[in-house]
Amino acid sequence: MTIGLGHYLGLAAILFTIGVFGIFVNRKNVIVILMSIELILLAVNINLVSFSVFLHDVVGQIYAMFVLTVAAAEAAVGLAILVTFFRNRGDIAVDDASMMKG
Amino acid sequence: MLQAIAFYLLAAGVIGAALGVVSARNPVHSVLFLITAFFSAAGLFVMMGAEFLAMLLVVVYVGAVAVLFLFVVMMLDVDFAALRQGFARYLPLGGLVGIWLTIEMVFVSASVARDGAAGKVAGGPQAASGDVTNIETIGRVLYTDYIYFFQAAGMVLLVAMIGAIVLTLKHRQGVKRQNIADQVARTPAKGMRIVGIKSGEGIEA
Repeated sequence: MTIGLGHYLGLAAILFTIGVFGIFVNRKNVIVILMSIELILLAVNINLVSFSVFLHDVVGQIYAMFVLTVAAAEAAVGLAILVTFFRNRGDIAVDDASMMKG
Repeated sequence: MLQAIAFYLLAAGVIGAALGVVSARNPVHSVLFLITAFFSAAGLFVMMGAEFLAMLLVVVYVGAVAVLFLFVVMMLDVDFAALRQGFARYLPLGGLVGIWLTIEMVFVSASVARDGAAGKVAGGPQAASGDVTNIETIGRVLYTDYIYFFQAAGMVLLVAMIGAIVLTLKHRQGVKRQNIADQVARTPAKGMRIVGIKSGEGIEA
């Protein structure tokens, strides 16, 4: 049996869903939420690369590279915010972070 | 046949590791599962013939992002057990939404794979041609048609780097620091004083 585009798309769909599920069930833990976002972006990258390969168009891989760039920047800034938040509060429970609610 | 075995092994690795990321009790284990997921996904990219993206995934995600996560998880002294409260409460709803999303997306994927534009391209997956490698193909497109996007990506990384530094930089009180501007602005007139000492007299401090 040959592995076609559908196999890769199905895998990416399952991975995306696991990422969304991770955000649902780990609502208090920002670190796991950030990791779930990385999983979602990985699923998007798998989609882009598989379409690029099966459509014979390399632009999809270039787009995946840009997604990778943004994911790295997002992780860096997110973790920096997390470290600052921990310094100010001594905790990283995000559901208490309503100081600026006004 | 060998290709199918490799695909299912790597796919099982990705999905199992992703489930580990979202359900591990210890966040350090979550990060290690995340690294496993990225490695398996890199293997899938190699299978598809996107070698450059696979290596980029290993270098950028495993080498930089996952290690950054590991640093932060180990640096912050947090009671992670308290953060897991509500896991069981949100599990049924989250699982329901997840299963529903999966079913929908798998059906859409199946129909796209069968009737979409990809099915009409002849020759199946892109064969690695002997004379032009994957990285050369990417370079030819990236540095010509997408050069402005490439530079914009560089700007994004620069801004993110500066932002992370600005957010986490902390000036401690009572620590002597080098002030380059003061050093450069120092002149002989400010830095020294000429005293004429008469013989037989002391110098006032």
